[in-house]
Amino acid sequence: MITRTLLRAFDGKTSLVVAILITIAIAVPASNLYLPVGHPLRVPNHFVPLLGKYLTYAMLALALDLVWGYCGILSLGHGAFFALGGYAMGMYLMRQIGDRGVYANPILPDFMVFLNYQELPWFWYGFDMFWFAAIMVVLVPGLLAFVFGWFAFRSRVTGVYLSIITQAMTYALLLAFFRNDMGFGGNNGLTDFKDILGAPLQAGSTRAALFAASAIALALSFIVCSAIVRSKLGKVLVAVRDAESRTRFLGYRVDNYKLFAFTASAVIAGIAGALYVPQVGIINPGEFAPANSIEIVIWTAVGGRGTLVGPIVGAVLVNAGKSWFTGVFPEFWLFALGGLFVAVTLFLPKGIVGALAQGWTALKARRVSARAEDGSDAAPEPSPAE
Amino acid sequence: MRGRWPAGQKGARKSENIPSAVDTKTMHPTCLIRTLLVALALLFTTSSAFAQDVEALVNALPEGGYSDREKVIFDLAATGDERVAGLLDALGEGDLYVREEDGRVVAGKRAGRDYALTDALTGEELGTAPSSALEKIRVNNRLRRAVRSAIGQLTLMSPSPPVRLRAARSLLRNADPDSLELLGTALAAETDPQVKKMMETARAAIIIKTDAGIEEKAAAIDLLAARGDREALAMLTGAHSSAAPELQPVIERGIAGIERKLAMWDGLQNVWYGLSLGSVLLLAAIGLAITFGVMGVINMAHGEIVMLGAYTTFAVQQVIRTSFPGLFDYSLAIALPLAFLVTALVGIAIERGIIRWLYGRPLETLLATWGLSLFLQQTVRTIFGPNNREVGNPSWMSGAFDLAGLSITWNRLWIIVFALVVFAVLLAVLNRTPLGLQMRAVTQNRRMASSMGIRTPWVDAMTFGLGSGIAGMAGVALSQIDNVSPNLGQSYIIDSFMVVVFGGVGNLWGTLVGALTLGVANKFLEPYAGAVLAKIFILVFIILFIQRRPRGLFALKGRAVDA
Repeated sequence: MITRTLLRAFDGKTSLVVAILITIAIAVPASNLYLPVGHPLRVPNHFVPLLGKYLTYAMLALALDLVWGYCGILSLGHGAFFALGGYAMGMYLMRQIGDRGVYANPILPDFMVFLNYQELPWFWYGFDMFWFAAIMVVLVPGLLAFVFGWFAFRSRVTGVYLSIITQAMTYALLLAFFRNDMGFGGNNGLTDFKDILGAPLQAGSTRAALFAASAIALALSFIVCSAIVRSKLGKVLVAVRDAESRTRFLGYRVDNYKLFAFTASAVIAGIAGALYVPQVGIINPGEFAPANSIEIVIWTAVGGRGTLVGPIVGAVLVNAGKSWFTGVFPEFWLFALGGLFVAVTLFLPKGIVGALAQGWTALKARRVSARAEDGSDAAPEPSPAE
Repeated sequence: MRGRWPAGQKGARKSENIPSAVDTKTMHPTCLIRTLLVALALLFTTSSAFAQDVEALVNALPEGGYSDREKVIFDLAATGDERVAGLLDALGEGDLYVREEDGRVVAGKRAGRDYALTDALTGEELGTAPSSALEKIRVNNRLRRAVRSAIGQLTLMSPSPPVRLRAARSLLRNADPDSLELLGTALAAETDPQVKKMMETARAAIIIKTDAGIEEKAAAIDLLAARGDREALAMLTGAHSSAAPELQPVIERGIAGIERKLAMWDGLQNVWYGLSLGSVLLLAAIGLAITFGVMGVINMAHGEIVMLGAYTTFAVQQVIRTSFPGLFDYSLAIALPLAFLVTALVGIAIERGIIRWLYGRPLETLLATWGLSLFLQQTVRTIFGPNNREVGNPSWMSGAFDLAGLSITWNRLWIIVFALVVFAVLLAVLNRTPLGLQMRAVTQNRRMASSMGIRTPWVDAMTFGLGSGIAGMAGVALSQIDNVSPNLGQSYIIDSFMVVVFGGVGNLWGTLVGALTLGVANKFLEPYAGAVLAKIFILVFIILFIQRRPRGLFALKGRAVDA
């Protein structure tokens, strides 16, 4: 049944996006690995992890769009799920270092030796195995989102209040992870990773593989999200977004629908975080900062919430802009980002993709009426709640 | 918020009030009598005639062996001459030399390759000399001890009460049994009740260490227990193990008494710190209570408006420092209305330019104002630089005073007062003025208010301006206790939202109660959990609290709320 739901997700547009992503997943690593250095089409070495980072950000924005664009829950704490997934992966990478650390302790990571830990804290057990870490990447953010959402949605915390308590959640986690006593490396976080699944992280082939993994993970999340959105459940989510009370009065258990969307979204965010960490090489409490979570919201808003392609476009565009800006005018990046926030909310409430889609349907409608033909009944994009 | 107490020069100023130099010119008649008494008493402790000329004694210093020198030191102390203290200090430090050309005793400090010389007694400048022209007056450990005790004598007999108080306090810390006799003499001559009490306590601390009688020791223990501070506690705990069995219960009772008293003062101190933190939270949140509570606008740039207020203070002080240094004590009084004006205008501009297009879309407002906050931060960073800016305390806000064991800093006290005044004024504006009436009308039913002839756009702009202006005034106050940097606002924004949401949106009283509760709770948790965990607990508590009461402590009731 699940396969049928997933298959139904493949209409023309989804197939196109997935095809593009898979092409990227193959083309970028191939051009980096097999084209000679200096070839005009070769992707430079440092670009591979950078592009991979954008893809994980895109996945994160996609996750946020699922709750914000389709369910009307503005989470200002999605960075927390991303970071938790990242920490789970970071812990695995830490354990992989083994006795190659500065202090050459075969069990304890360097920072624990430095902080005089005598033995491994219990929550670090099992992270020497990849499968365990992979489960944790999904489980920890998912569980946190489930518990948090269960409490919040059941007591009908909505709108701005929900946004503020999600922000409080990520802020509390930020403070907690900054503590050295927590056993997660304090403000230095986890870093100095050596290899993943036996492959050295610095090697070009590992980086290429991680890039391909990110692109494929993004494609898979896109399929899952589009399956969710197109299913009956997705329609109920949109109904919750547009008229929550009415949906409840029609007999739907609104809380459960919201909880599902929130948890699924957190899991996708966690996986994105897990792919992010090996490509950037560090995870620290700064990822929990409320400002980061708000930035995710702006990627989604720029691209267009309520469309699944939008957040991917937005995340890649904004982050590419950020890389370029911080390289060329580091002083002005915050001006640009601030201006972007204001401009998008004032002038582009549907984002780039939303505006393009609107223009496209308007154009098509005009052509249709001009030719007085029938046949094309393209459904307009669902518009987000005002 | 971060619990940063003014460090460095902000805190150091209070020490200027304590006179350090001893004023010899204004010798009071009682002082003369004291000097005589002291001199008489010292006749017994030191065997030499005290009337010897000070200069002669100084010149006798280099002669003879260490034991002769020790005698001279005590003779010098016996003169009671104020200048001797400095000389003895120099001797203890090994800075006294004999100039070989005339045998004069001088104090020398290294200055480059030579020594800068001053007269040992008068401090008169004597030029420089190479080390070959000087011979050091050597001291050993025994002499150093003698010097210390001699200085103790001198200061304990000083005509200035603060100097005597300090000497007694240092005796209390050292509790050197050799000083007992000297202390007794000083006590007999003491007239100042405060100094006398300190001396008695010091004497008690010494007696515990000596092999005095049980009765006497018990009295001393009671005296120490009555002092009731951590020092006394440490002394009693130290004495406990070695004390005679009869004394053990007395000491234990004393320790228990002190601990009880300390716990009570700790509690009071925590309440005070909590109120102080609460008032800071109140100041930061009260402007938000208007824009968020009354207007339903999520203003994420609120913290940055607070920051603008703090920078206004900085700019005002900069102008005063360069042009009108005499006005420095009034700088805050000048900065307050200016900060209100500047931030109110910025607020009105924000409302007219951005927020009015987004009414009814709270989540979009949140994003737009967040963008604005980044913009404002970067603007301030570009103009004033990324570093902390120095905002000084006017004299009436620096320093601290003791209120029965509580140390209360003036700036914290003024900020509490200021926060309450702002709260009261705001309450009056909302409830007693036409603007307040119109604001409430627009909040409750915009369309009806509009049909009654209220210009709702104007009221919106004014409300936002008022909220922002109050945030700016909060910035003036916060500049006194926190670092003024472009990040000032960010550290307050989350806490402000917590306060408003906890207290209940749309209710100023809720904000007051919320701010003070969170402040006091935070400070009571800190000793057990540490500052960071305390804050985490508070955040988790608020998250859980919102589940129970989604609309805060004092929720508005009625249909309009759900709209």
